[in-house]
Amino acid sequence: MPATQSLVTIKGRKDGLVLVMNEACAYRDLLIELKEKLAASTNLDQNGPVISVKIEVGNRYISTDQRDQLKQIIHSYDHLKVEAIHSNVLTYAELDQIKEQEKIVTMVRIVRSGQVLSVQGNLLLIGDVNPGGVVSASGNIYVLGSLRGVASAGQGEDGNNAVIVASIMAPTQLKIGETISRNERNTAEVLTERHRFECAYLDDHIGKIVIDHIQATIKKGNLPFTFNKM
Amino acid sequence: MGEAIVVTSGKGGVGKTTTSANVGTVLALQGKKVCLVDTDIGLRNLDVVMGLENRIIYDLVDVAQGRCKLNQALVKDKRFECLSLLPAAQTTDKDSIQPDQMKKIIDTLKADFDYIIIDCPAGIERGFKNAVAGADHAIVVTTPEISSVRDADRIIGLLEQEKQVSPPRLIINRIRQHLLKSGEMLEIDEIMNILAIDLIGIVIDDDGVISSSNKGEPIALNPSSKAAMAYRNIGRRILGETVPLMDLDEKQGFFHRVKALLGMR
Ligand SMILES: Nc1ncnc2c1ncn2[C@@H]1O[C@H](COP(=O)(O)OP(=O)(O)OP(=O)(O)O)[C@@H](O)[C@H]1O
Ligand SMILES: [Mg+2]
Repeated sequence: MPATQSLVTIKGRKDGLVLVMNEACAYRDLLIELKEKLAASTNLDQNGPVISVKIEVGNRYISTDQRDQLKQIIHSYDHLKVEAIHSNVLTYAELDQIKEQEKIVTMVRIVRSGQVLSVQGNLLLIGDVNPGGVVSASGNIYVLGSLRGVASAGQGEDGNNAVIVASIMAPTQLKIGETISRNERNTAEVLTERHRFECAYLDDHIGKIVIDHIQATIKKGNLPFTFNKM
Repeated sequence: MGEAIVVTSGKGGVGKTTTSANVGTVLALQGKKVCLVDTDIGLRNLDVVMGLENRIIYDLVDVAQGRCKLNQALVKDKRFECLSLLPAAQTTDKDSIQPDQMKKIIDTLKADFDYIIIDCPAGIERGFKNAVAGADHAIVVTTPEISSVRDADRIIGLLEQEKQVSPPRLIINRIRQHLLKSGEMLEIDEIMNILAIDLIGIVIDDDGVISSSNKGEPIALNPSSKAAMAYRNIGRRILGETVPLMDLDEKQGFFHRVKALLGMR
């Protein structure tokens, strides 16, 4: 490899620095050159404002330890802050984890007092959460029915962006990430909240589309099997 | 082969024992062979409500622990040949019998009786598990109060996990018409909206229930009372008849809704 080809290219952008790393060389060589380049950068003003740094490693897999190592090197300069490390390569395990977080878990049931329904990913609940019942998800919560119990969304990483959606929103408590809000309305008021939530489905026995209250549909247990299987 | 129906509620004092006594009585009135089983060990009541206290010789725990035969412990009702009571023990606690022993006793009774009505203690612990162990069906009793409905909801959730028990049906007990009208009490369709199970009957609050319990004569035996009518109708619905709700209230709308909830036009 010609000595002149640089392994780490530092690009200045309006919103900070981008470090583009060669994706074919040995990882060890990258670190050596990164340290040299940073040490040699005369235009990195130690007393200036904090500069955000994005690292592009291209088609190189980089482990969590290696990410930490890169951050550590860059953070040894007080005014540099690693914003993101971007790689085009994922392990299957990481992919599974992402899929797990992005999937929608569909449940058809009533979460009754004293019951806890907790899922990885986003929860789509077709049915009610009664007072005293709890639903929780690492992602978002969608309730097609009345939410009268407790809902905790965003119970995974980056939980603050999660949302809670309900046809009838009358919860005793909501939690998003680490933030909790309480319902100050009294219980009787919440209980009297009415809803007529309807579900259309093809009834095999009569060969027609039937529209029924969702609660009645759940009770009869005659939702089409695609629903039941989930 | 008979059917075993557990009467349960979660919350105490909402009318399980009263319901058990009266439902058992109306089924006996219809000529069915009925056995009432009191599983409220340590706090037995059903014998008192039935007026059979002084006839008890052996009890449920004696049967479970082999101190007597099942037949020896059955107390025959003084009014109906076809009605019997298996009383709870009063001197021990709920741990003195296990769910599998309970199930064996109920299974044995099912060979001899058409209906076994199991009076469940309050709570969700051992006593509940004992009472449910041998049941095929469940009746959940609630009053139109938030705390009672909440506990009924909890119990329904637990019953749904008992695979041998068919979907529970609801009795709303102690309805007071003047409170319904003034909106101070939960309305029936509000309760149904939360609990989302089938309604098998509503019983008004009736002072006669208390006085007849004290006399050991279930109110169902007094056909002039409205509560008695309600219990008779519940009995007929258990037997599979479609019985419209009697006119408790002048207000049309109320009945329309309740009829719809009972699956009637
Ligand atoms: N419909 C009614 N009208 C008036 N009083 C009633 C009615 N139903 C029940 N009661 C009264 O309420 C009290 C409690 O009833 P009961 O003993 O049947 O409840 P329970 O659920 O069996 O209680 P526990 O949980 O203690 O076993 C009794 O005094 C009974 O007479
Ligand atoms: Mg009782």
